[in-house]
Amino acid sequence: MRTFAFARADSVARAVEHRQAEPGSAFVAGGTTLLDLVKLDVMQPSRVIDINALPLTTVERLPDDRLRIGALVTNTDLAYHPDVLADHPLLSQAILAGASTQVRNMATTGGNLMQRTRCPYFRDAAAACNKREPGSGCDARHGVNRMHAVLGGSRECVAVHPSDMCVALAAIGATLTLHGPHGEREIDFAHFHRLPGTTPHLEHDLDDELIVAVTLAPPLMPLGTAYVKLRDRASFEFALASAGAMLSLDEDLIGEARLALGGVATKPWRCREAEALLAGKRADTAAFAAAADVALADAQPLAHNAFKIPLARQAIVRALREAARRAGEDAT
Amino acid sequence: MSDITEPHVVGRRTPRVDGVDKLTGRADYTVDHRLEGMLYGYPVPASIAHGTLESLTLDAARAMPGVVDILHHGHFPDLHRSPNSIRQGDAVSEVRLPFEDDRIHYHGQYIALVVAETFAQARAAAFRVEARYHQEAGVMTGLAASDDEGEEVRHYTRGEPELAFGIAPVILDETYTMAAESHLPLEPHATLAEWREANQRLVVHESTQGVFYQRNALARIFDLPPERVEVISHYIGSGFGNKLFMWPHAVATVAAARMLGRPVKTVLPRQQDMMTTGHRPASRQRIRLGAELDGTLASIQHDSLTETSSVDRYVDACGGATPSAYACDSVATRQRILSVHHGTPCPMRAPGEASGVFALESAIDELAVALDMDPLALRLKNYAHRDPQRGLQWSSKHLDRCLESAAERFGWASRDPAIGSMGDGDEIIGQGMASATWFAGRQPCAAEVTLRADGSVVAACGTQDIGTGTYTIVAQTVAELTGVPVERVEVRLGETRLPAGPLSGGSMTTASALPAVAAATREALAALKEVATGPGGHFAGLAPAALDVEAGTLQADGRQADFAEILARHRLSGVTGEGSAAPGDERREFSFRSFGAHFVEVRWDPGISRLRVARVVSSIDIGRAINPVAARNQVEGAIVMGIGMGLLEGLDYDPRDARLINANASDYRIPVHADMPEIDVELLDYPDYRFNEFGARGIGEIGLTGIAAAIANAVHHATGKRVRDLPITLETLL
Repeated sequence: MRTFAFARADSVARAVEHRQAEPGSAFVAGGTTLLDLVKLDVMQPSRVIDINALPLTTVERLPDDRLRIGALVTNTDLAYHPDVLADHPLLSQAILAGASTQVRNMATTGGNLMQRTRCPYFRDAAAACNKREPGSGCDARHGVNRMHAVLGGSRECVAVHPSDMCVALAAIGATLTLHGPHGEREIDFAHFHRLPGTTPHLEHDLDDELIVAVTLAPPLMPLGTAYVKLRDRASFEFALASAGAMLSLDEDLIGEARLALGGVATKPWRCREAEALLAGKRADTAAFAAAADVALADAQPLAHNAFKIPLARQAIVRALREAARRAGEDAT
Repeated sequence: MSDITEPHVVGRRTPRVDGVDKLTGRADYTVDHRLEGMLYGYPVPASIAHGTLESLTLDAARAMPGVVDILHHGHFPDLHRSPNSIRQGDAVSEVRLPFEDDRIHYHGQYIALVVAETFAQARAAAFRVEARYHQEAGVMTGLAASDDEGEEVRHYTRGEPELAFGIAPVILDETYTMAAESHLPLEPHATLAEWREANQRLVVHESTQGVFYQRNALARIFDLPPERVEVISHYIGSGFGNKLFMWPHAVATVAAARMLGRPVKTVLPRQQDMMTTGHRPASRQRIRLGAELDGTLASIQHDSLTETSSVDRYVDACGGATPSAYACDSVATRQRILSVHHGTPCPMRAPGEASGVFALESAIDELAVALDMDPLALRLKNYAHRDPQRGLQWSSKHLDRCLESAAERFGWASRDPAIGSMGDGDEIIGQGMASATWFAGRQPCAAEVTLRADGSVVAACGTQDIGTGTYTIVAQTVAELTGVPVERVEVRLGETRLPAGPLSGGSMTTASALPAVAAATREALAALKEVATGPGGHFAGLAPAALDVEAGTLQADGRQADFAEILARHRLSGVTGEGSAAPGDERREFSFRSFGAHFVEVRWDPGISRLRVARVVSSIDIGRAINPVAARNQVEGAIVMGIGMGLLEGLDYDPRDARLINANASDYRIPVHADMPEIDVELLDYPDYRFNEFGARGIGEIGLTGIAAAIANAVHHATGKRVRDLPITLETLL
């Protein structure tokens, strides 16, 4: 761990000023990613700006009925918030499938959006990693890559985005409120995380900005949701493949469907073509399988992770089946 | 045994006597220990696995705050290697001294030790040490990547195994592999070294399973008389075998303390603990079985290959249990080792046999399938009523009872043997079983017991409590023989100033230490009786043999006096007895082993490729359990560890350069609470008095043997896939 300056921000504007004043600085909220990586010498912020005193800790219902989540709402509080459970059970299910109670108690909504990959080569300062050290190469591409991405990868990087919460956000749809030196702006969640391309070190669409809120799209009604996370052990384990599904049913037919994947892609992965295919179809295994085929059509396996393609297919089919079952129960 | 008083303390469920100290933080683990003026060491690991260290650039690190010195090849004292003898008690885990030369043998090998005023400063500076390497071709990344069969180190043959295999009507010839496993003790390795008396006396706190081995090895390495070296290990946050013998971090830390004239503590970070302090080596085992049509085993051949490092020759003897496992006239085992560029492996809970029993008990299950026989019936068919390896009677063997009792509690009789036949919604239930076994051994041990003026007792023995409950069973033993309550027995362990005790390993501590403690207790009681029957004593004129011991008193002729009164009358602070015990001639007459049976139920959801262990039912025959609550805890823990071995655990070495890439507690997966099944452990109670007076054999290891095989056998029953490679990952079953 290297020494760093420490500042505690008492307003969003001050936090952003601190950040702008020192390019190598980093915000810290729950610290569940940053502190680990600083101790491993993978991240070396010159200044750490503590934002925990900022008033971003509430979930509010906006006049248009959408939910606006403060960036500092903890994962635990968010997962058990009554409005979230009522409108967006998928978000709760996904959050509770991730990490452990202890980590969720510390981790925040904004921090979860910013969490970094678990690629072991990224986390080993002696390995080649374009994300950690641009231009140094990618040890994962021909190394041990069982955990790596089959979707959205590039020659430069195949690291998986590890978040469960973000899979739910991708399916639900959300708007992020960012505060920067030039004031606030809103962006679509779908554009916040970048594909690695030739610049895997640039992970987010951020310009010296602080995430202050996440506003969720309105829910589908009547709604069935399911988050299916497949992993080596039962808990405290990142996904090998996960699928978040939302369905509305009109009798036996699918009204609208949403589908997003985790554990297989370099960013939270929304499957819009598969969603389009499902709309209006009978909610049965054939339709779910066809949707899975479309969702995974572009998947590219590496030496050790080819199994993720059939595994993701299983996650998709099971998540859609469960979502349809729950939507059906809800309708009756 | 006339001197055992009622009611019995030995054999009673007894809460740990050190429980409150552990709960309240009073237990002094090495990592928590501090001394005035202490410095902190932090090793710098090599980032390559095979080559030479060309240069170190230390300027930036030296300039960091708090840095006192940086030790490395060229700036390190000339030391001696330990002779590494088990018999002379100076065995070490890695003979090569740290910084001995510029060769790099494995990823993580120490290339420097930064010493600074604080832990954080030492770590920060360690990251600033820059190394240049010459990486050499020919790296050995592991046996899985090589056809090299290594070098034969052991073999055993009886009968005509090849001939019998050749003519057997039913044969099986399969190969089983296991990934290397990490011990992952909660407390990492740690050393705190302090030199006293102008560097003529050395005191070391170490998280170790063997204080005497470390003392003797340090004496050799630093050329001191052993009595001028003291090693202390009051509490250790577990070891599972990787703290049996000293590793290089301790040598580097002791040398640093001498060079700098201040105490130095090194606590290994988790990554380095996993890289440099041993692991269960990967193995490849070929099993050949030949059988008659009725299931009678005609031939067993078990060929094992295990990895060792390029600096040491560690042998993980996989075939150890095979020659005595089944009644079979023709058996051969062969053991080979292959040198690879990994850190040096070492014993890990049930070393060798945990791997070997996985292969053998998987093969037996495969044979049962081939014969269309119930796997439990096949095992009973070939039951070894005597030890077929040594031709001797077993001291006490109740494996048949284990198999029958566990089968009954599990409900084995209602298992449908057809593959995939037992469904439950989306899930398929699979059921499998396997036998467990571990040798029973004893080591020499000495102890000292003092009856004190306040009526309390202190018992001292230089063995260790590695978290298994040794403090408690020593207190129980003293309480049993004196009638003094357990709470009034103080137990001292884990110091080389105490009477020499054995390594805490091989499930031998209970059987080794308790007879010595009992002998010392009897000596102390005899001394007290001498006093009490001497001039002016409470029982003056009586023969010492006429006195009975009861509830902390001596009694005769309807009169009694408690220990404290007797000592007070004679103005004595206490009386002391010394005792020792060692294995005797019993091994010429009997063979000693522990036995068990595991029945496992898995649930397999083929729609999402999810496999979980749902239920484990085990019966274990270890003689008498001194403290059944701690003994059961050992078996339950071993079962959970076995689930890790079966489904999760494996060290990942990069196939290009042998770098260990999952050296952390997240990417190296062990079971978490959510993975733990319903566990039903029964300890049979057949005391083995041929082994020792307490009838206890030992329990630390046996629970781990057989679990992985029972899981693999259940997986076959559920899925129809015979997985011969551990861990069984979901992609294998997809």
